[in-house]
Amino acid sequence: MQEYYSLFGLPERFAVDVAKLDTAYRQVQAQVHPDKFAHRPETERRIAMQWATLANEAHRVLRNPLPRARYLLERRGVDVEAERNTSMSPAFLMQQIEWRESVDDSREDAEALQRLGKDLERDERVMLDDVRRALDEEPDLQAAAELVRRLMFMEKLRHEIDDALIQLDSH
Amino acid sequence: MVLLQLSEPGESPDPHQHRLAVGIDLGTTNSLVATLRHAVPECLPDVDGRVLLPSVVRYHRDASTAVGVDALAAQVADPRNTVASVKRLMGRGLADADAGMRARYDLVDAGGMVRINTVAGLRTPVEVSSEILQVLRQRAEDTLGGEVEGAVITVPAYFDDAQRQATKDAARLAGLNVLRLLNEPTAAAIAYGLDKSAEGIYAVFDLGGGTFDFSVLQLSRGVFEVKATSGDSALGGDDFDEALSNYLQEKARGADLDCGSARALLVEARRVKEALTSHDSVAAEVPMAADGTRQIMVTAEEFHHLTQPLIERTLQPVKKALRDAGLKPSDIQAVVLVGGATRMPHLRRAVEAFFGRPPFIDIDPDKVVAIGAAIQANVLVGNRQEGEDWLLLDVIPLSLGLETMGGLTEKVIPRNSTIPIAKAQDFTTFKDGQTAMAIHVVQGERELVQDCRSLARFELRGIPPMPAGGARIRVTFQVDADGLLSVSAREQTTGVEASIAVKPSYGLSDEEITQMLQAGYQHASTDMHLRALREQCVDAERLLEATRQALNEDAHLLNAAELAHVEQNMTALQALVQSADTAAIKAGVDALSAATGEFAARRMDQAIRKALTGNRVDNLPI
Repeated sequence: MQEYYSLFGLPERFAVDVAKLDTAYRQVQAQVHPDKFAHRPETERRIAMQWATLANEAHRVLRNPLPRARYLLERRGVDVEAERNTSMSPAFLMQQIEWRESVDDSREDAEALQRLGKDLERDERVMLDDVRRALDEEPDLQAAAELVRRLMFMEKLRHEIDDALIQLDSH
Repeated sequence: MVLLQLSEPGESPDPHQHRLAVGIDLGTTNSLVATLRHAVPECLPDVDGRVLLPSVVRYHRDASTAVGVDALAAQVADPRNTVASVKRLMGRGLADADAGMRARYDLVDAGGMVRINTVAGLRTPVEVSSEILQVLRQRAEDTLGGEVEGAVITVPAYFDDAQRQATKDAARLAGLNVLRLLNEPTAAAIAYGLDKSAEGIYAVFDLGGGTFDFSVLQLSRGVFEVKATSGDSALGGDDFDEALSNYLQEKARGADLDCGSARALLVEARRVKEALTSHDSVAAEVPMAADGTRQIMVTAEEFHHLTQPLIERTLQPVKKALRDAGLKPSDIQAVVLVGGATRMPHLRRAVEAFFGRPPFIDIDPDKVVAIGAAIQANVLVGNRQEGEDWLLLDVIPLSLGLETMGGLTEKVIPRNSTIPIAKAQDFTTFKDGQTAMAIHVVQGERELVQDCRSLARFELRGIPPMPAGGARIRVTFQVDADGLLSVSAREQTTGVEASIAVKPSYGLSDEEITQMLQAGYQHASTDMHLRALREQCVDAERLLEATRQALNEDAHLLNAAELAHVEQNMTALQALVQSADTAAIKAGVDALSAATGEFAARRMDQAIRKALTGNRVDNLPI
């Protein structure tokens, strides 16, 4: 299968120039999108759909930090195994419990929920920078994988906060 | 109306090469056909100069039909056999039909898609829609003086897979070659965006006769990128008519209306609704069962109050799409209004209040979708010209999921993913020697399967017998650029392709479509075999032409042996085209397709490489 970074002519690094990625994505789609082949024979239409599908998936993965980190780790032989490997540090497990309790206690309080969401986002940004260092600068794949697992938990929690806010909003 | 000039004088294509392509807006209330003439998009009128074709079909006892204005005029006299708003039934079961549709027609549960019992027999919504499409196709061919080579048909962005498939089936039944199903708000954005060379984030608020769509798009240098879409495929102007009609009936304290006068009241409610757009109060003539009519005054204020809940219902999907796109109302540069129902003043005020700016209304909200579809059809059919290189990136409106243990859904493809998209999922067997497996695909956002739309049940057969848990079946869900799902499966350890039997939950099977096609040919006394032969020959000629063109450009990508192989297959197909043997020509087409597969892949590779090289050169620091 075509490698995502080379598809867009980008260096295989965690730090991605998003503007360049978007430009390259559009250039690739401009060549392969099925709309360009709607009047062409079936074989070409099929190949166009496969390429356009690949370009969309590659763009989605590289555009978003967590899927991008997981992809890079997989390329380097580390399976994040997010679903099964939950052996996180006791400190982080404690933190998880605290966060959960805060969310549950604030279900009716939009301001508190928003504050929690902001705090999480800020922590995530700091951790993503750690991921970048662990992938691009002083490679430590296990540390990167551990960070990614934590970030995945935090992202999920943030979605729960968003859902709770939507619930509040629609009442 | 000169919407946009796409080609400079002298740049227009060779008339012999210009292919006829149309855009069709298959609406709940009205349908339109548009095309590009002399590089200007225009909606085609009928012989009486009318552009809108009422989406109404009347069935007669002898199975002949009247479509459009004539049918519309007959709906009070012959309500049961005169089908309006059939779009609300596309890809839907009896249980999905709203109370209004159930009261108006004799709907029959045939398992899967609902049927309408008419004097001419049972009709599927697909057949009714195909009657409308045939009239539009005929109108286009009469006006343009040639056969339409391809059509872009618009669908509500929020249509699910079953509704899209039903629309595509209706087009096929009407003898149309569907180039693409295009989302209605996206079509409107094309018409607007190309007209105004717009840049930035736009929203399209599209309230039609029976469906509501809201889409957020980013327009930048010829790229139309849909960021998020949402809507309600059972909310439209019809519901405002219905609400007003119920209100009038209540006020008149009339006895139960019979079918004919109920329809007459609905027609009157629509008239009053439309009149209230420009008047503060309107006198409604309510038909009474016993004696003539009774006059009831309706004020704009009453009507607005009465329908406020419907207006509020439109704002929920708006909020959802903005959330999905990560945007605030103030981030939207302009809101485009589409659909006849957006003429209602209280709706416009609500949209303006929400976004804090007056909406765009400068292209006729009835025509803008068909015009956008015509522009897209012209490009897709191959009439592309220099400078017309825009790109459209659309999304899937509803998440696709699978049924798992305990009636829960597992999301496979999340909503608002850019299409085409594919996801692979691995399954295993749970019994020794198990050779078959069932997969239930649903569409929707809810956690329980019963709260989502059932799309289809796939049965995988031909799994090689292995111990329990030994087989690893990779099932690939592919959504194409029309937003339509297809499924393929392969056992990973043996590489055996599992065969898939699809049972669409609300669709028609291939056999049913074929039967309807045959019935249609009998009715029109056309020879199906002759038609099939002609279509096959056209196919073959096109493939030969496309291959010649590809060789002209890129023969260097093939070595001598490969080139000889392609040319050999071309010569063979060329000879077969004369043979009048449909099956043999098809075999020849398949052979040449197979022989050129690798060539096509290399050409694509080369195109991408060239495009990206250009990028790097552009970005070199000077």
